[in-house]
Amino acid sequence: MENRIVIETEELTKVYNSEVAVDHLTFQVREGEVFGFLGPNGAGKTTTLLMLLGLTEPTSGKARVLGVDPVRDPIKVKGMIGYMPENMGFYRDLDAIQTLRFVAELNGFPKDIAEERIEKALKTVGLFEDSKKKVGAYSKGMRQRLGIAELLIKEPKVAFLDEPTLGLDPDGTNRMMELIERLSREGRMTVILTSHLLHLVQRICHRVGIMIKGKMVAQGPMEQLAKEKLGVGAEKYTLEEIYMKYFKEA
Amino acid sequence: MHGLKAIFKKELSDHFSSYRFMILFALITMVSLIIAYMVGMTMREELASVAKPKYVFLMLFTSRGGLFSLVQFIAFFGPLIGLILGFDLINRERNEGTLSRLLSQPVYRDSVINGKFLAGVVTISIMMLSIVLLITGLGLRMAGVIPGLDEIWRMGIYLVISIIYISFWLGVAILFSILFRGIATSALAALAVWIFFSFFVPLGATIIADAFVPDPNPNNPEAILTHAKIQKAISLVSPMQLYSDATGTIIDPTRKTTRTVILMGPLEKLSQARFAGPLTLGMSLFVVMPYILLLIAITAICFAISYTIFMRQEIRSL
Ligand SMILES: Nc1ncnc2c1ncn2[C@@H]1O[C@H](COP(=O)(O)OP(=O)(O)OP(=O)(O)O)[C@@H](O)[C@H]1O
Ligand SMILES: [Mg+2]
Repeated sequence: MENRIVIETEELTKVYNSEVAVDHLTFQVREGEVFGFLGPNGAGKTTTLLMLLGLTEPTSGKARVLGVDPVRDPIKVKGMIGYMPENMGFYRDLDAIQTLRFVAELNGFPKDIAEERIEKALKTVGLFEDSKKKVGAYSKGMRQRLGIAELLIKEPKVAFLDEPTLGLDPDGTNRMMELIERLSREGRMTVILTSHLLHLVQRICHRVGIMIKGKMVAQGPMEQLAKEKLGVGAEKYTLEEIYMKYFKEA
Repeated sequence: MHGLKAIFKKELSDHFSSYRFMILFALITMVSLIIAYMVGMTMREELASVAKPKYVFLMLFTSRGGLFSLVQFIAFFGPLIGLILGFDLINRERNEGTLSRLLSQPVYRDSVINGKFLAGVVTISIMMLSIVLLITGLGLRMAGVIPGLDEIWRMGIYLVISIIYISFWLGVAILFSILFRGIATSALAALAVWIFFSFFVPLGATIIADAFVPDPNPNNPEAILTHAKIQKAISLVSPMQLYSDATGTIIDPTRKTTRTVILMGPLEKLSQARFAGPLTLGMSLFVVMPYILLLIAITAICFAISYTIFMRQEIRSL
């Protein structure tokens, strides 16, 4: 049986002063999926995520997230989704626990539940030992993991991760990817993930979408895209090769 | 609602733990104490041999100690308090990338502005209240003057007007922090507006009045009146003038009108002469009420502009 659709867009479009950032985008993501959102810089990936969250208003088109229209009820959508922005920053003077407490308060969680979730989230991302340290003194990798912890305390069904491995070293990147995979597997979390690291996307994503100049040029499981584009014997090809093929054609 | 509360709490603790606030507070306290001390000394000498006049306590605030009185000091430097507390409230979060994290939580955008503004207002209130209490204490000790009930009421109203006044400037600062990405730019813009209203408008008022009625003949009351009218009308553009007029009447009961003598109508002059006693509290309030309302109104306008801009703004940090 197919899983139910949790995210769908229909002709979603965003125009910034006559420049089209997202162009009549239609796609779906099903429950429990890890969806790899690929595309060159400026393709419109971040813009799409912002529209799904209700942080940016679409110029036209429709979107539904867990059955809710983000334009109509952004607060509800933001309550259900965990979002990790691409260039996120933290209040430097707070430690990890204070940072997460503030987020819990913004979400209106009762104190006891909040404390429980904070501890659990910090342990999951491996920051529990450093939780009393000021975030200003965190390394890039620690901050990215704190971003994940912040997302976890909301116990979201859906997570948007915008370049979660940006600026991480190879080991940190691997661990981040493993963490995301584990969350999807154990927590049944639906994940949309943007990244430029195609070999990693290939490893953990169930389906990918390739976006170029605001248009989704291909979407589906890796094997299907390979077959469509490169013909038989597609198993041999890497995502990188498939991506470049699409990129050159566009 | 919980969003507003959480933001308010965080902002408040940010203010109170910041060096910026501590230095600002120390600075203002220092100046206030110096002025109060000088006024107190003079009062002790002058009041030593005579019976204490009415409202002697309020004189602590209205008399000049050295260069300016305390009321003048707040009228002039109060805006800086508001501006300093607010000029980077939004753009700093935008630049550091915390704004996109904050707004991706289930909070309304206006809660962000409101929470920050309210925390600023509470900070300002605590600052002003402690200064007034300090001065009162100093006055009690030095000059031995005890405030009457009427005077305490007046102090309270003065405090409220001052808080509204400084909060207006806080609102201006927040507006600039929404408008400009650069923190230095918004600080500079805020400073420019302050200088415009505190130096340029009063000077401009005189210049424009001079242009309309050049060199008013001292024997021609009509000309002098027109000159004064024009000058007054233009200087009222300045919130500083609004504030000075409003607090002046509240804290100095012997002043019965916000107008200068030259602008009084004949009836006003008559009543001024007939009832030589000080204005009652109720009357004082009646006179200054329009000014208070005007101050609140311009703060609200400032807010409305902030909301409209902030709601449409892209939040991502580039
Ligand atoms: N605030 C804005 N005003 C005008 N144009 C914008 C704005 N934000 C984004 N754009 C434009 O929209 C397009 C899509 O940008 P977006 O950030 O969504 O790309 P992206 O796929 O996330 O790229 P990257 O991989 O570099 O993060 C770009 O051409 C960009 O110039
Ligand atoms: Mg992006």
